[in-house]
Amino acid sequence: MTSFVDALLLNAGYNAALVGIGAALLGFAAGASGTFLFLRKRALVSDAIAHATLPGVGLAFIVMVMLGGDGRNLLGLLAGSAITAWIGLLIVEWMARRTRLSEDAAIGAVLSVFFGAGIVLLTVIQTMSAGRQAGLESFLLGSTAGMLFQDAVIIAIGGTLAVLATWALRRPMTLVAFDPEYAAASGYDVRLIDLAMMGLVMAVTVIGLKVVGLILIVAMLIIPPVTARFWTERSNNLIWYAGILGAVSGYIGAAISAAAPAVPTGPIIVLVAAALFLFALLFAPARGVAAAVIRHRRFQKRVHRRQGLLALARSEPILDDLTLKVLRAEGLIRPDGVATDAGRAAAAKIARDEHRWDTAREMHQDAGLTGRYDGLTPIEQVFTPDEIAEFDRRIGGPKPVEGPG
Amino acid sequence: MVNAALDLAATDGQTVSRPAPETSPLAVRGLTVSYGEKPAIFSVDATFPANAMAAIIGPNGAGKSTLLKAALGVIPRLSGEVAVFGKPVESARDRIAYVPQRASVDWDFPTTVIDVVMMGLYRRVGLLGRLTQSLHAQAQECLDRVGMADFTHRQIGQLSGGQQQRVFLARALAQDADLYLLDEPFAGVDAATERAIIDVLKSLKAAGKALISVHHDLATVTDYFDHVFLINVRKIAEGPVQTTFTGENLNAAYGGRLAATHIDQLQLAAGA
Repeated sequence: MTSFVDALLLNAGYNAALVGIGAALLGFAAGASGTFLFLRKRALVSDAIAHATLPGVGLAFIVMVMLGGDGRNLLGLLAGSAITAWIGLLIVEWMARRTRLSEDAAIGAVLSVFFGAGIVLLTVIQTMSAGRQAGLESFLLGSTAGMLFQDAVIIAIGGTLAVLATWALRRPMTLVAFDPEYAAASGYDVRLIDLAMMGLVMAVTVIGLKVVGLILIVAMLIIPPVTARFWTERSNNLIWYAGILGAVSGYIGAAISAAAPAVPTGPIIVLVAAALFLFALLFAPARGVAAAVIRHRRFQKRVHRRQGLLALARSEPILDDLTLKVLRAEGLIRPDGVATDAGRAAAAKIARDEHRWDTAREMHQDAGLTGRYDGLTPIEQVFTPDEIAEFDRRIGGPKPVEGPG
Repeated sequence: MVNAALDLAATDGQTVSRPAPETSPLAVRGLTVSYGEKPAIFSVDATFPANAMAAIIGPNGAGKSTLLKAALGVIPRLSGEVAVFGKPVESARDRIAYVPQRASVDWDFPTTVIDVVMMGLYRRVGLLGRLTQSLHAQAQECLDRVGMADFTHRQIGQLSGGQQQRVFLARALAQDADLYLLDEPFAGVDAATERAIIDVLKSLKAAGKALISVHHDLATVTDYFDHVFLINVRKIAEGPVQTTFTGENLNAAYGGRLAATHIDQLQLAAGA
């Protein structure tokens, strides 16, 4: 536990600090650039892109060894992964656009074929004399153990560029995600913008391979925007919220991983991101599950309150338990069910409002106004005092509700 | 070159007088769009008049929306020439405002009413230009014009269908275009919204703009429009409402799918 806290406070050594900062930067870039993939409803394209990096890693290693260099040079491996990822991306895009296959089928085909080819290449590399200690498997699930300063620099520069590009392209990407037909009619090249969006995702995937691994990088791209969506109704905010959530996930995940080096980093980061998602799902103010339950309960109580008061006004018996509970809680009836003074006053008011509403509907054929009547909105919020006075004039003077006995 | 081709085609058989193609806000020749082997629209010629409200009319699946989208390049065309104010559509984008069908987008998208209207300004401000206070004020004024001033910061998912349509119209207004293309602007909207929209459209026409609208409600054609274009994959007829909106042409377009009693109730052109 102390080692985890040390890692959080960047006290767990130079390397752990490097990893923490690198993972946070990566998380920010992934969350921000993944936002538009999520808004465009093409989240799973990132999975195809990620899996298509593997053959590139293998090929780059083989080429670098054949050229007499160090096969583990990170920049070289990432360049190789970018090339095959881009090819995979273009194939998905082409298959979805030009053949009768839907995009999900194209994703499935590209993902499995490229991943299969990558695994074959890694197996071949295992048999090479230079390949024994290549450690390329770490690209599958991510590993921060041997992270070098230059690796962190690559992530920092690449991540910053990806975030800047996302920001610069936010308007066309928002337009294409919301209303592609309008975007095309306005002269935007929808295909080009889609490719730019997926190219950004590819760039983040490639720089994130070392830390999170190709199998789980998709989670870094998708979970933060999905979580952020619970907290905002504006797409521009969504970019930053998703970035921050991604950064937090990356940072905490890397700290845990530094405290327990045997656990691969990728899965830990993903679990942290998932925990944040779960919290938002349950407790977000407007879109969360708890808020929905509370809203429903409140609405239900308002309906029961109105129903109970109308029953009082008409001197009808109230049998529903919840109705009785609501009225008792507000002190509108006594424990034995007889209306209190406050209850009679409230009943008189609601009965009168019912009359006013009837009059309002007769006078205003305007559905836009009277359509707001759900039996619950106070009439004072819909009509002005002079309008209500006019209703009252038509109804006649108020009639008190008869007390018991 | 485009103009020359259009001039030749314009002399082709039509008795209806119409403006020279250079002044036509939208003219298409031989426009063909095909999904697979079945053409959605086939070899359509159309010349829409300047400073008028034109309706594109035809049965379901006749290619009404397709005609608009293909003219704008939203969907690829198999062949055909398109001229907007006598120029290729690409060089006239800034003069066109398009109002897509309301149902074509996901209204749970995280954006607000004013943000959608601001989308109409994106091309003018560019990638990184600032959305200044005066642009905000312009967008707000467009909302006023469609009667949505009180909904500025509402999430778009909370709007009724009619309100959604008004927001789309406000976005088109923000573009300050010369040609407005609308895809079923009255579909599924309440009566108050229909009145609000037609008022805005009439004010646009009064300001010298050209409007072309895909329209499905035959009962309102004579009230709302000056010009009709009847289509059923191929062009059936085009011209002023007074001469072209006839029972004969409607029968040709709808292929007997309109009941005779229904046709009798329409305010058709005299002598039909």
